[in-house]
Amino acid sequence: MSGFGGFVLRRAVGTVVTLLAISVIVYVVFYATPGNVAQITCGPRCSPEQVQQVAQQLRLDDPLYVRYGHFLQGLVAGQDYSTGTSVEHCPAPCLGLSYQTGQQVLDIILAKLPVSLSLVLGAMVMWLVLGVGTGVLSVWRRGRISERLLTAVTLAGTATPVFVIGLVLMIVVCGELQLLPFPQYVALTDDPEQWAWNLLLPWLSLALIEAAAFARLTRAAMLETLAEDHIRTFRAYGVGERSVVGRHALRGALAPVIALNANNVGSAVGGAVLTETLFGLPGIGEELVHAVNVVDLPVVVGMVLVIGFFVVIANAVADVLYAVADRRVVLA
Amino acid sequence: MSEASTVSRTAGTDTTVPAVSGARQFWRRLRTQRAALVAAVVVALLVLVALAAPLLTAVEGQDPTTYHPSLVDSARGGVPIGRFGGISGDHWLGVEPQTGRDLFARLVHGARVSLGVALTATLVQILIGVVVGVAAALGNRWVDQLLSRATDIIVAMPLMIMALALLAIVPSAFPRPVLVTLVIGLIAWGSIAKIVRAQTLTLKGLDHVAAARLSGWGPWHVARRELLPGLAAPVITYAALLVPMNISVEAALSFLGVGVKPPTPSWGQMLTSADVWYQAAPQYLLLPAGALFVTVLALTVLGDGVRTALDPRAASRLGVGTGRGRAGGPGRGTGRSNGARDSGGRGPAGGAAQKEDTA
Repeated sequence: MSGFGGFVLRRAVGTVVTLLAISVIVYVVFYATPGNVAQITCGPRCSPEQVQQVAQQLRLDDPLYVRYGHFLQGLVAGQDYSTGTSVEHCPAPCLGLSYQTGQQVLDIILAKLPVSLSLVLGAMVMWLVLGVGTGVLSVWRRGRISERLLTAVTLAGTATPVFVIGLVLMIVVCGELQLLPFPQYVALTDDPEQWAWNLLLPWLSLALIEAAAFARLTRAAMLETLAEDHIRTFRAYGVGERSVVGRHALRGALAPVIALNANNVGSAVGGAVLTETLFGLPGIGEELVHAVNVVDLPVVVGMVLVIGFFVVIANAVADVLYAVADRRVVLA
Repeated sequence: MSEASTVSRTAGTDTTVPAVSGARQFWRRLRTQRAALVAAVVVALLVLVALAAPLLTAVEGQDPTTYHPSLVDSARGGVPIGRFGGISGDHWLGVEPQTGRDLFARLVHGARVSLGVALTATLVQILIGVVVGVAAALGNRWVDQLLSRATDIIVAMPLMIMALALLAIVPSAFPRPVLVTLVIGLIAWGSIAKIVRAQTLTLKGLDHVAAARLSGWGPWHVARRELLPGLAAPVITYAALLVPMNISVEAALSFLGVGVKPPTPSWGQMLTSADVWYQAAPQYLLLPAGALFVTVLALTVLGDGVRTALDPRAASRLGVGTGRGRAGGPGRGTGRSNGARDSGGRGPAGGAAQKEDTA
């Protein structure tokens, strides 16, 4: 057990170090760029006086590490910003201020978070059910035409960019068949039914792509388990095929599926950015693309940090869950 | 892959089959897979089209950047004039809505951008990954710790998000395709580095490498002559899976409007406004979408075939090729060394293999 506890501890320390390293890299890359950082941060429409003020607030005269320290301090303890006439307090965790909109970065992110969470969590349920289901089905029907068909479909799924599937779905379902209206985000708290109907297509677009990966993984892991000795023993004892595939082989696929699911957060976030942009859902992804296009540097930095934070945490959780599901990893 | 296994006795005749070189054996195994062969032909054709793009458009008599305002109906918002989106002898696949630019020219030049960016980015990823991985495996403890942690951090970064953000800060004067290539290449080398490190650690323990070291060869010589040949198989396998991934990323970035920018054509970028025009000019949507689909599918199937040809043991155990880098199936238990190779380092299997090695 100490082995397992030690593993979790090592993983936790590693995660904190990774998070710090990412924040350093992101900060340095964005705030040590060649060119006038104050001008870039403030935006193209800023007057020279405003640029001057931003330069002062960003402490551009200080060396980089002092500025980074100040940024960290803001994250932990909050920070005050002078807006010329008044002083605005940015409570911890302070990610800074968008000079283009005057909003605090954290507020922008929090306002958009429900949309992105609705999208990703709903899609996740779908891709797990679809993916694992397809994988089990193709193992159950192995050696038959239907297995080959399922394999071909999942292969096509992994090969299709998410925005292509989304585009085609939107045009066919909303445009040609008019089965659904073009998606428009409705908050869950306002109207749960409309929320689900409007998100159905975005969920499906994101889920189909991810499900393909899960189907292939589930199938591979189950086939590998089926080749193991203990399965032969079960069969020799007369355990039925349904139970061998549905229970014992599926158990073998559990650990990889858990691991892939948490590890997929990174790619799912990327997919979510595309899905949100395509369907016009006002989530974090769409906001990030907007911020990139207008070069709103504090927003970009803040979002990269927050998303990176989620991905790193998810990866760490994946490692621990994987170890729980498959103890051989730790013992090795 | 092992040379020894290729020398076998044919039953009855008692003649010895001569050892086959690795490349020939690889080709022989790849040839037996029909799907992979078809995919290889498709990929070869795509590369040919990309290389010959200026030639093809010269034959058509068009170029990808010239506006043809006379071919679109400005009164109806820029819908191409004529049937089927303006398909004619002069414009084989019709013209782009609003601008009237030639679609065929944009499509084939788009192939140049897609394949060029993806292949070059893969080379960058291989180069950095191999150097970092080998250095980590051969260096002392501190070098290894430093490089391995750096690799972990790189792997932890969400590719799309970092790429999006990085593309925001570089001045627009910088040539965009080069920039996209560099961004993809510089962010996504972590998985290769992990695979290479794990494989190098395995190779390091083998007799011929130990012999070379004990003979007093320097680390550079050992790495080049004794290690690189052994690294070829896993690196090629993983690189074959990286290419379609890079194509998707480039297309996605260009779709979002931060990748390759007009007037340079790119498939992803062509799709940005395709949904508005699908009724008047359906091929404006279908052509780039189909091109992307076929390209990524062919490359994925080819990648699976390459993997099967290089690692027939794993492939036969699992039926056929079993997933791609993104799927990152962490191999379980028995196949954990393969799992580390297959997982693309994103899965815990990469980390697990590392823990094994350092233990």
